[in-house]
Amino acid sequence: MRKLHRFHGGVHPPDRKAESTRLPIARAPLPRRLVVPLHQHLGHGAKPLVQAGDRVLKGQMIGRAEGYVSAAIHAPTSGTVRALEMHPVPHPSGLSDLCVMLEPDGEERWVERGPLDYANLDPQALRLKLRDAGVVGLGGAAFPSYVKLSPGARQRLSTLVINGAECEPYITCDDMLMRERADEIVQGVRLIRLMLHAEEVLIGIEDNKPEAIAALRNAVKRGTLRMDVVPVPTVYPGGGERQLIKVLTGAEVPSGKRPVDIGMACFNVHTAYTVHRAVAFGEPVVSRVVTVAGNVLAPRNYEVPLGMRVADLAALASPLADTSGYLMGGPMMGFELPSADIPVVKASNCIIAKSQALFPAPPPAMPCIRCGRCAQACPAQLQPMDLFWFARARNFGKAQEYSLFDCIECGCCSFVCPSHIPLVQYYRFAKGEIWAKERERKAADLARSRHEFRQLRIERDKQERLEKLARKTAAARSHAAPAPAMQEAAANPADDPRKAAIEAAIERARTQKATITPRNVDNLTPEKQAEIARIEERRKKIREMARDRIEP
Amino acid sequence: MSSPHLAMASSVSVIMGKVMLALIPAIAAYVYVFGPAILATLALASLTALVSEAIMLKLRGVPVQPFLMDGSALVTGWLLALSVPPLAPWWLVVIGTAFAIMVAKQLYGGLGNNIFNPAMVGYAVLIVSFPVPMTQWLAPETLAAQHLDLGQQLAYMLLGSLPEGIRLDALTMASPLDTLKSQLQLQHTVREALALPIFGSVGGKGTELVAAAYLAGGAYLLQQRVITWHVPAAFLGGLVAISALFYGADADRYAAPWFHLASGASLIGAFFILTDPVTGPTTPKGKLLFGAGAGLLTYLIRAFGGYPDGVAFACLLMNLCVPLIDMYTQPPVFGKKGG
Ligand code: SF4
Ligand code: SF4
Repeated sequence: MRKLHRFHGGVHPPDRKAESTRLPIARAPLPRRLVVPLHQHLGHGAKPLVQAGDRVLKGQMIGRAEGYVSAAIHAPTSGTVRALEMHPVPHPSGLSDLCVMLEPDGEERWVERGPLDYANLDPQALRLKLRDAGVVGLGGAAFPSYVKLSPGARQRLSTLVINGAECEPYITCDDMLMRERADEIVQGVRLIRLMLHAEEVLIGIEDNKPEAIAALRNAVKRGTLRMDVVPVPTVYPGGGERQLIKVLTGAEVPSGKRPVDIGMACFNVHTAYTVHRAVAFGEPVVSRVVTVAGNVLAPRNYEVPLGMRVADLAALASPLADTSGYLMGGPMMGFELPSADIPVVKASNCIIAKSQALFPAPPPAMPCIRCGRCAQACPAQLQPMDLFWFARARNFGKAQEYSLFDCIECGCCSFVCPSHIPLVQYYRFAKGEIWAKERERKAADLARSRHEFRQLRIERDKQERLEKLARKTAAARSHAAPAPAMQEAAANPADDPRKAAIEAAIERARTQKATITPRNVDNLTPEKQAEIARIEERRKKIREMARDRIEP
Repeated sequence: MSSPHLAMASSVSVIMGKVMLALIPAIAAYVYVFGPAILATLALASLTALVSEAIMLKLRGVPVQPFLMDGSALVTGWLLALSVPPLAPWWLVVIGTAFAIMVAKQLYGGLGNNIFNPAMVGYAVLIVSFPVPMTQWLAPETLAAQHLDLGQQLAYMLLGSLPEGIRLDALTMASPLDTLKSQLQLQHTVREALALPIFGSVGGKGTELVAAAYLAGGAYLLQQRVITWHVPAAFLGGLVAISALFYGADADRYAAPWFHLASGASLIGAFFILTDPVTGPTTPKGKLLFGAGAGLLTYLIRAFGGYPDGVAFACLLMNLCVPLIDMYTQPPVFGKKGG
């Protein structure tokens, strides 16, 4: 038996998982229309490769990865591109993004595809293939996998953690995938291990999933590679990357660092499955397993073509009459969809139909009584009541000092708060404000250094004019020396100190910037940076929306 | 609505309700030892607490109903009622409770914002302003030369009148801690003092039963996770440690640790007063510091100060230190060990 560790805090919400595990995963029928966003992952959106009217085949790349943190997008089925337009995408603020509107032809004709000869591909080439296959983390964050598939400077990792914990209530897509497709998952894990040169493989599964544990253990036995399938205690958020690594290995990923910095990596089981499909069959990510649960007659897991609208998907499970909306993701970290006309994307692991009975509105918030329950529950070991106090007082500096950015927004604090304070909402607000300020400050810095540079240039031009004049007078006096050569000689030494002065000014601006950068904002992981980008995006959209409203 | 979309079925009023439930054994013990007058005191304190709270909420322009229902005012009233002598005159209870709620709680901003434990502020104001009635403890029924029935107790509390032929000093005596203090001042040894009939096997006769009932209530609160072990353990530990030190040095002049545990407000303090979340620290280490500090101060006031008991003043002094304690006892954040 492996010695397990525990992380601080955590909560035990009712898990509600039994309902959706009674039936096997079903293949969702093709809807009449698919809405495929080009930006389904953290980082940069994909660049569209198709136009209205194009006929596409299933698995055909319709969006190319752009930039380092990005992934490709593929047609989920064969059909005709009807349009390329803005459409609401899964996002708490209901923003729209560029989507490929695809009308399936019902034939499911695949592009030419075949297994990758991974044994003869060098790891870097294999990683790029995965990027082109659109492989991203399917645990919910949708972080492009190939970025994480590089072992970094260490060349080899000590531990590869495979995340099958699935700690959020209601969600069972990983559970069912492990039960039904354990061999494929193990194959995928083997490939990931190969790319990362990991010494040890630990598959963590919460102990409320005995069938999945048994299935994976059997699959590991059938395979050739040693992997440990480790049941971990069921406690939310035990499936958080940092929490799972702590439980399995005892190691804490340092704040602001990534697992790879301590020689580890963590991949979700569904991601491992798609790695296998991509390598063994050349199949890009065009579908995923999604749990449909909550206020529906027949909760179940479906294999859903990406781009299927939530309305079409939910209809398969027959929502009850009093359904008042849908959550995407789990009830602890998921968000309420502004409408059901929003597509399923790679990050969508669960759709929960809401009703007043299942999700009653919280009673009005009372003042914080400093009972400390939130701190007892916080897996990041923060003091949520202090953060709340600072965020409410708009004392963002203090909030940062108290490690606001180590908050993983897991919701444990709000869950236990007897005063029903929407704590996480305050943290999101504070983070958003800090990013906004940070961006404004950067813009101001840029403006200032531009201004300084301009001053310098004006100064330099003036000097040059004066020197030219002096030279002319000098040349007029003595006709001996050849003018151009002298000009060269005179210009160069005169130029250098000026250049140096400019560089010094730029350098000064740079150091100044470095010293006043707020804490916690440097050394960001790509995930965090991507998060910033997302927040920025949201703010931009909100601003645009506000402007639209003012100027109709 | 943003996440999380689930919440535990808990609320401030549920927590306060549990605290009040945990006080029931002690109240029963009180009735058994001192007679039913305490029930009238509790009723009076409850009424005063609710009325003062309602008035202040109205004046502050805060919605009255949800805050009145949260139960926190009732808890304050009850704690004050249990801190004053059992046959306290009505005005003492009313003044103490009203001051606790109106000044110590509401003027500081109401629930969650007060710095000092309201019940202890009320108690401190009373003992400073009205030392005589605050130190006249009803003698336990088994000790008193004469008895009052409920009607007579009420008549005294409300009107200050006693039945003919009964004098106040025949009914009351100093509290055990007070008695010990004055005996020691008369150059008696602790052993001689404790031989007096007012003392029981570990503490005061009768009051030790009440103390045991607080312990039982405290155990319930711990089991229900309304409070954590830190403050009670550190407070009682601190009290025992320092009293053992003095007791070991001179057992004639200093009472034993178990006497201190079972006397005065030690156990109500440990489980019900010092554990008030609003006015205590939030970090585990901070709670230990806070409790231990209160334990030491309580002892020092009892042994060397001018007041018979020290829990209230120790509590208020430690309340003052809470922001500092919290600041310096921040636990390490995940992934920031040693940083
Ligand atoms: S749980 Fe709520 S009431 Fe308790 S300390 Fe935290 S924020 Fe305050
Ligand atoms: S949401 Fe943030 S502050 Fe609240 S429990 Fe989770 S990590 Fe801690």
